[in-house]
Amino acid sequence: MKDIVLIVTAVVLSLAAAGAIYRIAVGPSLLDRVLAADVLLAILGAALAIDMAVNRHLNNLVLLVALSLIGFIGSVTVARFVADRRGQVNDS
Amino acid sequence: MTPNATGVDAAIDAVTAVLLIVGAIMSLGAAIGLLRFPDLMSRMHAATKPQVLGLFLVLAAIGLQMREWWVWPVLAVAWIFQLLTVPVSAHMVGRAGYRTRHLHPELLSVDELEAVVLRAAGQRAEEKAEGEPGMPRMRDGATPGPD
Amino acid sequence: MSRKRTSFRTELPLLVWLVVVWGALWRDFSPGNLVFGALIALVVARVFYLPPVELSGRFNVLRAIPFVVVFLGKVVAASFQVLYLAVFRGPSVTNAVVAVPLRSRSDLMVTATGHVISLIPGSLVVEVDRSTSTLYIHGINVRSDADIAKLRKEVQDTEASLIRIMGTRAEMDAIQAEGWPATRGARA
Repeated sequence: MKDIVLIVTAVVLSLAAAGAIYRIAVGPSLLDRVLAADVLLAILGAALAIDMAVNRHLNNLVLLVALSLIGFIGSVTVARFVADRRGQVNDS
Repeated sequence: MTPNATGVDAAIDAVTAVLLIVGAIMSLGAAIGLLRFPDLMSRMHAATKPQVLGLFLVLAAIGLQMREWWVWPVLAVAWIFQLLTVPVSAHMVGRAGYRTRHLHPELLSVDELEAVVLRAAGQRAEEKAEGEPGMPRMRDGATPGPD
Repeated sequence: MSRKRTSFRTELPLLVWLVVVWGALWRDFSPGNLVFGALIALVVARVFYLPPVELSGRFNVLRAIPFVVVFLGKVVAASFQVLYLAVFRGPSVTNAVVAVPLRSRSDLMVTATGHVISLIPGSLVVEVDRSTSTLYIHGINVRSDADIAKLRKEVQDTEASLIRIMGTRAEMDAIQAEGWPATRGARA
């Protein structure tokens, strides 16, 4: 049971991470990449949480909260930075 | 998870397994959305919503596995942090995206913000250009009835 | 210092939240730890002073519980809707940006509505106009005028529920005056 859950979630999360990384690679714009990086961070968080559930410990919990806060601060910072350069029209 | 579980343990393990797998599928859904949606704004929907539900399911699985009451408030705090931060970062990204013209106008059926933004930018655009259905701009707190 | 003192009552939700976070971070909800956390919360609230959130002073628990249940259901629905759209609709999805005027002028209410709206199916807040408290909502899979009307009604109903939970008296009266469906005939 434990092994099946681990294998299935590992495959699903790997596919999801591959998709997010592909989006980070191709863009097309900075904001798309930020969004995809945020999703990648969420996928890492999901992996940490699944590890906690399967192995019954809470060691990663603080890391999980910190991860979502870092994602938040990261996207807000980049979004503000992009919005400040409003003059340059970015057609992508 | 308990190896060779029976009875209640087996049931809890089964529920946990379902929660974990559905949670992982939510992440996959976000990735599919990122890949398949045509513009930044729709990708934002894909990036925010499944993330919240996915974390909720996985945290619930942790709560079921730990079987101690004090875990639940801890998990609730973790989820509420997510609940508070995700809409804000989505809004910031979306706002920046709109202002830097990441939007594909041909994908929108109606855009009622465009006129306002153009006016704010000092460009006198004809406001009825896109023929928006009469959207009364309420300034006195009155709203059109819900029906 | 000339700043206005906030009353203890307005600060209470913040303090309770800080104590819960403290307990969660230590993973220890024993009374001793919580009392110590409460002391730290008081000090933090005094030293790192933030403008007080203007609460209306009422909070209707009986309305809050069903709202939370419905909200959780909508969060689930939102994810599955995005999943469905991503898999079956994909690149041909049609969106709209819709202006929705809100009734309330309070920052707290506009923020809460925006948060809830961002998490329920098919809508995200793109821009907020504080002076007229208008939300500009990006709706996914919005193709016709009927969809737009539905989206607008959804947002305004959400705001109405939030006002019923924690709005001021004046806002309540405004809703009742316009005959919101749930109370039609009650006082209008």
